[in-house]
Amino acid sequence: MKMAATSVGLLALAGTIVPPAVFMFQSIAAGQGGSPALPLDTVKAIMLVSTVAWFVAAPFWMKVE
Amino acid sequence: MSDLLHEIEELEEAASSEYERRRVPPKALKGPSAFWGMYAGEHTAGTEFMIGPLFVKWGADAFSLLVGLFLGNLLAVLTWRYLTAPIACEQRLTLYYKLEKIAGGLLVKIYNLANGLLFCFLAGSMITVSATAVGPFFPPGTIEMPTFQSTMPTGPAWIVSCIVIGVAMTLVALMGYGVVAQVGHYAAPWMFLIFVSCALVTLGRLGTADLWGLLTPPEGTPQEISFLGIVCFAWFCNAAMHIGMADLSVLRFAKKPSAGWASASGMFLGHYVAWICAALLLIYWVRQHGVDPQVGKDPGTMVNDAVGWAGLICVIIAGWTTANPTIYRAGLAFQAMIPGMSRVAATMLAGGLCIAAGIFPAFAMNLLDFVGIYGTILAPVGAIIVVDHFLADKVGIPRDPAERSGSSFNMTVLIAWLVPVAVAMWLYKTQEVFASYLPLPCAVACGVLYIVLSKMAARDAIAVRA
Repeated sequence: MKMAATSVGLLALAGTIVPPAVFMFQSIAAGQGGSPALPLDTVKAIMLVSTVAWFVAAPFWMKVE
Repeated sequence: MSDLLHEIEELEEAASSEYERRRVPPKALKGPSAFWGMYAGEHTAGTEFMIGPLFVKWGADAFSLLVGLFLGNLLAVLTWRYLTAPIACEQRLTLYYKLEKIAGGLLVKIYNLANGLLFCFLAGSMITVSATAVGPFFPPGTIEMPTFQSTMPTGPAWIVSCIVIGVAMTLVALMGYGVVAQVGHYAAPWMFLIFVSCALVTLGRLGTADLWGLLTPPEGTPQEISFLGIVCFAWFCNAAMHIGMADLSVLRFAKKPSAGWASASGMFLGHYVAWICAALLLIYWVRQHGVDPQVGKDPGTMVNDAVGWAGLICVIIAGWTTANPTIYRAGLAFQAMIPGMSRVAATMLAGGLCIAAGIFPAFAMNLLDFVGIYGTILAPVGAIIVVDHFLADKVGIPRDPAERSGSSFNMTVLIAWLVPVAVAMWLYKTQEVFASYLPLPCAVACGVLYIVLSKMAARDAIAVRA
C-alpha cells in the first residue's frame, strides 16, 4: 500500500511542478505572439488532478507517527 | 508550516503533560530531521502570498530582493543557530518557564496577553488572505476584493466570507486542531511546489526567465524600501521567535544546538523562494494588465489566474493551517490571563478578535509594518533571557532573580522591557522609522537597561541591609 501511495504521491508532485515548467519553457521558446504547445488551461487541469491525487496519497505515504 | 504544526502540537502535548515546568529529559530529545521539516513547513504560509507583492508595492529593486533577502535570511538563520539554539539546549526549558524564573509568574501573564493579542492580528491577516481565495468561486463582482489601499471592509459579501472562514477556523481550534495539523503536514511539500508553479507560469506568460530584469521596477518607481530595509525585514520578521526566544519551546527538544541550522529550510524555501514567487505574480499583473502596484491585486485572483483551482486550494490551506494553531494559542494566552475562563470561552474570544481583525484588510495590507512591530514588542523579552544566560555572572547580577526571591512580579524586567518598546513605538509613529529597524536596537537597549537596573537594585538591597 505504502509503495503504491509513494508512487502516486511522487507522480502527483511531478504533476504539480512539471506542467508549469513545460509551459514556461514552451512559452519562452515560442517568443512574443507565439503560444505554447501545452495550453495553460491544460496545465491548470493537470495541477488540480495532481492536487487531489496528492491529498489522497499523502496520508498513506507520509503517515504521521 | 504544516510540519511545524504537527511537531509543535506533539512537542506542546509532551511539554504540557511532562516537561512544562522542568528540563526536557534526554529520552525526549529529537534528532535534527524533525526540525528541518518543522521550519520548512512553518515559513511557507498564506501570508507569503501577501509579503512578496508588498515588496513590489514598496518599489524594492532586484538587488535588494535577490541579495538583500538572502543576506537577511542568512542572518536570521545565524541568530537561531548561535543565540536561540545554544540557550535552548543548555536550559531545556520553555520560554514561559524561563521567563517566570526571571520575571515572575504575573509578568509572564502580561507577556502572554501581549503575545495573544498580536497572535490575533496575525491570524486575522491569514483570514484575510484565505478570504481572497473565495472570490474566484463566484461570478466576477460578487465579492469586492480588498487592495493594498483597503483599510475598511469592502462590502457585505467580503464580511460574510471572512466570518465564514474565521468561524470555521475557530470551531476547528475549539475541537483541537489535530486534523488541520495533519492536513498541513501533508500539504507542505505540495504547497511549496504551488508557489514555484505560480512563478513558472508567470515567467512563461511574461516570455522571459530574466528574473533580474523582471524584479527591477520601472524607472521612476519610488523606492520606499531600501536594501537595508529588506535585509532587516527578512532578519526580524520572526524576531519574536529567534531573538525573542519563543523558539526555546521548540528547540529545547534538540539534541544539539546545530539543530538551529534547520531554520534555514524555512528561511530559504519560504522567505526567499516563496516571497520571490509571490512577487512575480503581481509583477505580471502590473506589466500585462496595467495594475497600479500601489493598489495591487488580491492573492486569490492572482493565484487563480496563474494556476487555477489548485492555487486557490493552496491559498485557503496555507492560511487555514497557520491561523488555526495561532487562534488556539491566543486562546491559551487569554485563558492564562483571565482566571476561571474555560478554554472554549478563551478560544472563542480569540477567534472573535481574529475574525474582527480579518474583516479589516488594514492588518494584512500593512503586514510589512505589522511583523516589525510584533518583533519590536516581543524581542526585548528574549534579550533579558540572553543577559540572564550569558552575562549575569560576568556582570554580577543574579540569575533567575524572581525564582531566588520568590517574587511574582519583577519590576526591573517590566521597566527594561517597556521603556525601549515605548521609545521604539514613538519613533515608529512620529518619526516614521521602518518597523523592522526597531527590534534589534530595542532588544539591545532592553538588555542593557536590565543589567543597569538589576545592578542598581542589588546595590540598593545591600545598602538597606547595611
